[in-house]
Amino acid sequence: MDNVTLARATMGTSLGFHIVFAVLGVGLPLLMLTAEGLWLRTRDDVWLNLARRWSKAFGILFAVGAVSGTALSFELGLLWPRFMAFSGAIFGLPFSAEGFAFFIEAIFLGLYLYGWNRVTPFVHWLTAIPIAVSGALSSVFVVMANAWMNSPSGFHVDSNGRLLDVDPVAAALNASTPTEDPHMLVSAYVVTGFVVAAVYAVGILRGRDDGLHRRGLVLGMAMAAAAIVLAGITGDTSARFIYQAQPAKFAAMEGLYQTVRGAPVHLGGIPVDSQHRVVGAIEIPYLLSLLAALDPNAEVRGLDSFSPDDRPNPVIVHLSFDTMAGLGILIGLAAALFWLLLMYRRRIPKSRLLLWSIVAAGPASVVAMEAGWFVTEFGRQPWIVYGILRTSEAATTAPALGPTFLIFFAIYIGLAITTARLLLLQAQRNRAST
Amino acid sequence: MSEAEVVAGILWLALTAYAVLGGADFGGGVWDLLASGPRARDQRRAVAEAMGPVWEANHVWLIFMIVGLFTAFPAAFGVLAVALYLPFTIALVGIVLRGAAFAFRAHGSEAVGDASGWGIAFGAASVIAPFAMATGAAAVASGAIRVSGGRPASGFEAGWATPYGLLVGLFAVAMCAYLAATYLTVETEGTPLESDFRKRAAAAGLVAGMAAIASLILAPFAAPSLAHSLFGRGLPLLVLALINGPIALVAVWRSRPRIARVAVAAQVIFVLWAWAVGQWPYLAPPDIAIADAAAPNATLTALLVVTGIGSVLLLPSLWFLFRVFKARNPAAIY
Repeated sequence: MDNVTLARATMGTSLGFHIVFAVLGVGLPLLMLTAEGLWLRTRDDVWLNLARRWSKAFGILFAVGAVSGTALSFELGLLWPRFMAFSGAIFGLPFSAEGFAFFIEAIFLGLYLYGWNRVTPFVHWLTAIPIAVSGALSSVFVVMANAWMNSPSGFHVDSNGRLLDVDPVAAALNASTPTEDPHMLVSAYVVTGFVVAAVYAVGILRGRDDGLHRRGLVLGMAMAAAAIVLAGITGDTSARFIYQAQPAKFAAMEGLYQTVRGAPVHLGGIPVDSQHRVVGAIEIPYLLSLLAALDPNAEVRGLDSFSPDDRPNPVIVHLSFDTMAGLGILIGLAAALFWLLLMYRRRIPKSRLLLWSIVAAGPASVVAMEAGWFVTEFGRQPWIVYGILRTSEAATTAPALGPTFLIFFAIYIGLAITTARLLLLQAQRNRAST
Repeated sequence: MSEAEVVAGILWLALTAYAVLGGADFGGGVWDLLASGPRARDQRRAVAEAMGPVWEANHVWLIFMIVGLFTAFPAAFGVLAVALYLPFTIALVGIVLRGAAFAFRAHGSEAVGDASGWGIAFGAASVIAPFAMATGAAAVASGAIRVSGGRPASGFEAGWATPYGLLVGLFAVAMCAYLAATYLTVETEGTPLESDFRKRAAAAGLVAGMAAIASLILAPFAAPSLAHSLFGRGLPLLVLALINGPIALVAVWRSRPRIARVAVAAQVIFVLWAWAVGQWPYLAPPDIAIADAAAPNATLTALLVVTGIGSVLLLPSLWFLFRVFKARNPAAIY
């Protein structure tokens, strides 16, 4: 394999791995803060027990997220030195801000994890605030940098390829930031909420229907429900922005080949380049134009209007998009049903079918988030900086990329297995102690 | 001083903080690996207790440096990332395994104890990471990384995969172990572990000292650019290091842990700044000068503003962290 493919494989593996830990690092502190705050108010030890359990799990998740994030900051340069030599001065600023946010998060996490008996309960609760805030800010800053790769701004390039008029603040506040940033942030809460809810739904299904499991389930579902609504809204604005700003990505998301007015939505199906159409999809006429431009007869550009060199891979992008949107709707329905039943019956729903669907919503939310990230990244191809620098021109010339990929792939598998094993062990220990 | 020079100075400060604080965490891993005698378990526990609350914060200095380097000196970052691809990648494997292994052991000790794969990985990775990073530093300091037309021109082995690079790597690992053992004598003051760590500190200090002297003697032949830096403008700081080195060792040996801690940390600072001042105004002599590799002024100004705001939040937080966990050592720096 060539260096470009290997560099993409390594970067993609690292990001796909890191993002799971990163989103839990954004969402879990907010749940810990809430539970411990409820304990301070009510002095009901069940809340404290929840906060302590989450903090133990978070101790492992944060560390794995931190080291895999470190790997990414190195890999930006190790795998894409020409990209970084070109872009560093323009989009480095939000990374630097993220560095500080991460610093604050790491400091207060040390205080939170090891400070239960070192500071007063109120001060201990206070230390969770900077963790939750800087976790969210880390996501905001780092996605600003990714948004810049989609909507590069804040610079000019002269005829000799030299950078002029660099404005790092304008680059951070590029056109994609207002849509991409909120969508990623709320997705972090979606995943955390559903994953936590799934853990407690499993417990209830296994007969541990106690106060702790019910509260864990309700807190998780509260975060999940609020966030999934926001994810729908921000996803919709994101898609309409992409329709305007990145028409090739938009066409690939829908598998639309011909430029047409009154474009249909394709549910599922496989885009086939040679036939210039999506095979096996359910077509809903006019819906795409309506969603994209709020006008059923609006024109939508098709893939055929782009040179083959400038198209993303429609198979990956379309299927990823449908996976994200489809799973997003399904888990949203599960959350809606849960809250409707809860409010109607004024107690936690015990339907096994609903509890099982909440269990399934945990992993489904992770898959939806990964698929959404696939849409962003694969949809931007063949560009690493949209319209400016091609991915194929940015990769390193260094040797041994194959072994690097294999080593990191093996490390991430090892980390995933051990993390899962230790979290299961924590759950067993928690059970034994209650 | 230009803005680029100010930013370079700040990055060097971050490197210094990483070496003095994060270096000791790597050293803790070395002593975990080499734990022995009747109190081996207690030694490991002392390392884990000392590192637990602070290692992730100490680790962020490295991220701050990497990010600052590619923001402020993207051209230098682009070249170094290629020329030092191999040692950086090896260091990265070490960093990832070290951090994950530490967290696994700290939060799941029943499943991954001292003797498990992750237990050994923690110690081994703590040796590999600083060793590999130091070989990369040797390549930079020795002037082996050459640039032509904005691209690295000296190959992928230049300056680090050499006997001299390996010597500098040994020096760095010994220095990390020296720092850690010295700090641990303060952490364990008044317990039987104090004398364990005192002996370990002395041994590591001797190895570090011998490696330092050997690398000074060999520098004019193996790393002329480094020799030029250290015996040129870096000489006053080098002299301070040569005076302070024996003081630190004597303080360690005669059980003056608090003096020893300051002296050993100072030794790291003298060595790093002798190198920095000596090779000023170059980031990587002879081809990458601070001014040439710098980002446009708008970026540097914005970075300085972010650093200013960030520091106002960061420094009191760091102070609080160390106060809470290291308060039994009033003069705590670790």
